[in-house]
Amino acid sequence: MERVSLTGNDAVGTAMAQINPDVVAAFPITPQTELMHKFAEFYADGKVNTELILVESEHSAMSAVVGSAAAGARSMTATSANGFALMWEIVYIAASLRLPIVMPVVNRALSGPINIHCDHSDTMGGRDSGWVQLFSENTQEVYDNVIMAVKIAEHKDILLPVMATFDGFIISHTQEVVELLSDEEVQKFIGKKEMYYPLLDVKNPVTYGPLDLQDYYFEHKRQQVEAMLKVPAVVDEVAKDYAKLTGRKYDFIEIYGPEDAEISLVALGSTAGTAKDVVDKLNDEGKKVNLVKIRMFRPWPHETIVNALKGKKAIGIMDRSDSFGALGGPVFMEIRSSLMGEIKEDITANYIYGLGGRDISAPEIESVYNDLFEIAETGKVKNRKTYLGVRE
Amino acid sequence: MAVKLKDLSKKKDVLAGGHRACAGCGPAVLLRQATLAVDEDLVVGFATGCMEVVTTIYPYTSWRIPYIHNAFENSAATMSGVETAFRSLKKQGKLPVDKDIKFIAFGGDGGTYDIGLQSLSGAMERGHNMVYICYDNEGYMNTGIQRSSATPYGAATTTAPAGKAVPGKLQFRKDLSEILAAHHIPYIAQTSIHDWRDVVTKVQKAVSVEGPAFINAFAPCHRGWRYPMEKTIEVAKMAVETCFWPLYEVENGEYKITYKPKEKVPVEDWLKSQGRFKHLFTDEHKHMIQELQNHVDMLWNNLLKKAGEL
Repeated sequence: MERVSLTGNDAVGTAMAQINPDVVAAFPITPQTELMHKFAEFYADGKVNTELILVESEHSAMSAVVGSAAAGARSMTATSANGFALMWEIVYIAASLRLPIVMPVVNRALSGPINIHCDHSDTMGGRDSGWVQLFSENTQEVYDNVIMAVKIAEHKDILLPVMATFDGFIISHTQEVVELLSDEEVQKFIGKKEMYYPLLDVKNPVTYGPLDLQDYYFEHKRQQVEAMLKVPAVVDEVAKDYAKLTGRKYDFIEIYGPEDAEISLVALGSTAGTAKDVVDKLNDEGKKVNLVKIRMFRPWPHETIVNALKGKKAIGIMDRSDSFGALGGPVFMEIRSSLMGEIKEDITANYIYGLGGRDISAPEIESVYNDLFEIAETGKVKNRKTYLGVRE
Repeated sequence: MAVKLKDLSKKKDVLAGGHRACAGCGPAVLLRQATLAVDEDLVVGFATGCMEVVTTIYPYTSWRIPYIHNAFENSAATMSGVETAFRSLKKQGKLPVDKDIKFIAFGGDGGTYDIGLQSLSGAMERGHNMVYICYDNEGYMNTGIQRSSATPYGAATTTAPAGKAVPGKLQFRKDLSEILAAHHIPYIAQTSIHDWRDVVTKVQKAVSVEGPAFINAFAPCHRGWRYPMEKTIEVAKMAVETCFWPLYEVENGEYKITYKPKEKVPVEDWLKSQGRFKHLFTDEHKHMIQELQNHVDMLWNNLLKKAGEL
């Protein structure tokens, strides 16, 4: 196993080259651009068999990979923020056609106002699109998630698209040491792509995307739900295989710090890394706290979340995007919904932070834990929703 | 070699009968002509629109060949992905090497002139080995006869109705074939469903060139244009006889007019055949007929010049 220093984008570009997809569609958007630069270098040097389509928009990028995936080709694209929003319509269609497309998404704030830095408003908006969503804390994790995503998406029980997300600039543009698999190991791990009802099988013609009205649409949506319900078992199976290969085992969530701590903070993405430092510091000071990092956001790992959070005295939930007019951010609403009936008192507090790339510091995260200590002590939540690090 | 009706009649239709197009539907005629023209294995893609709706209401499909519909504006992008997958898989030996497949993306004028223009332009510029065929019935007929950029000047539609203050559409139609010509792709043609030989010949040329080809096919809609359903072929023919819809091709940059009316029929005669232009035949609006005639004359002269005939 090779240990190299790479940016998140370079690591994912490398993972894509090692996956060696049959078709990749690319359109530039910050901060995803360098990812495709990296992949394009592999392509230009003849190191991949991929046919690269340099489309004229993200809408066409997703449309083209829907076409190529339906044709039977292993297909990938990547995007960020507004690019994701532009392909929105086809993101849903990709899932409903059961096409195992894999798409790294470099999280960036959605316009407006226009901003190029990290938050999760892009992919959180796509949480009901029917895609599997894996969030990544760091460069190693996104490299690993992208490789595992291929195997999850193409599993015969699943056949759903997967997005592997990582934080724009914070991960995409900073260097970290990453352990890379060899090309052969990646190929052996993901295996040969099976084709199910490929459009190019002219001897057995199929119709993709017919008009589906009142008498069948609902059943097809129901089948999509069933496929999604089968995802956790496959994600777990793939993670176990991956652990055998790499020694790195990924679960739906990661609990950092003592599992029996009565105070938990929930976060996803790169902020989990910062929070881990704070957890270490507080535990060193004799304050027993932990962090629950969510890796798989769709499908939502309800049981796992309940097991991790029931019996807590205070739970802080970090959201890097807001849901305007709602009770809280998307992560908050999922957590509270899961905990319904599992906790007696309302001991959850939501922290909206880091919108548009606003930095989140260790002291700020520590201030959240301090709030949680107070909730644990008094049993009362003063502020259900707090905007962290904003000028009010 | 000239196409013979006898030969075509022996070929098996890839589009099964019993689909739900209206009796007298122009675009449905085009689909048969275009698919019968192709001898090789064929994969088709469709933009959302009448022809997608009427041929594939689940659990039925009229297609005996592979078919994909994705959305309204992306038939070209979708088929560019299918064609790229074919090249990739063939190159890697994941498909039988000798297999040749042709790809045709279809869209109506709404899905081509308007919402799908970017997707079409991108696919043509990228040089995919595919054909795009627009079935041009001059409006959004599937959603209920709304105005598109292919709707002619003066026509009444549901979104640009002929009212007391506004007499239908006030703009001339977009010249999409010329926009495609500016892409300098190997083959561009305008055809019309009244001339089956013209359609078949042009589709055969289009699929045989290396690289992208575009065909703009005139395919009247009697529901939208307001004429008796049995007149579809006549109405298409008259548009060509008036030079409102010239039949021509641009092959590697060379313009060639493939049909020249012996005597150019006044546009007025064509307008008369359709209810959508009824309001123009009043004292208040008849000047619009002359304006449309002037526009048609100007474009026809330009075409004659480009083809070296003037």
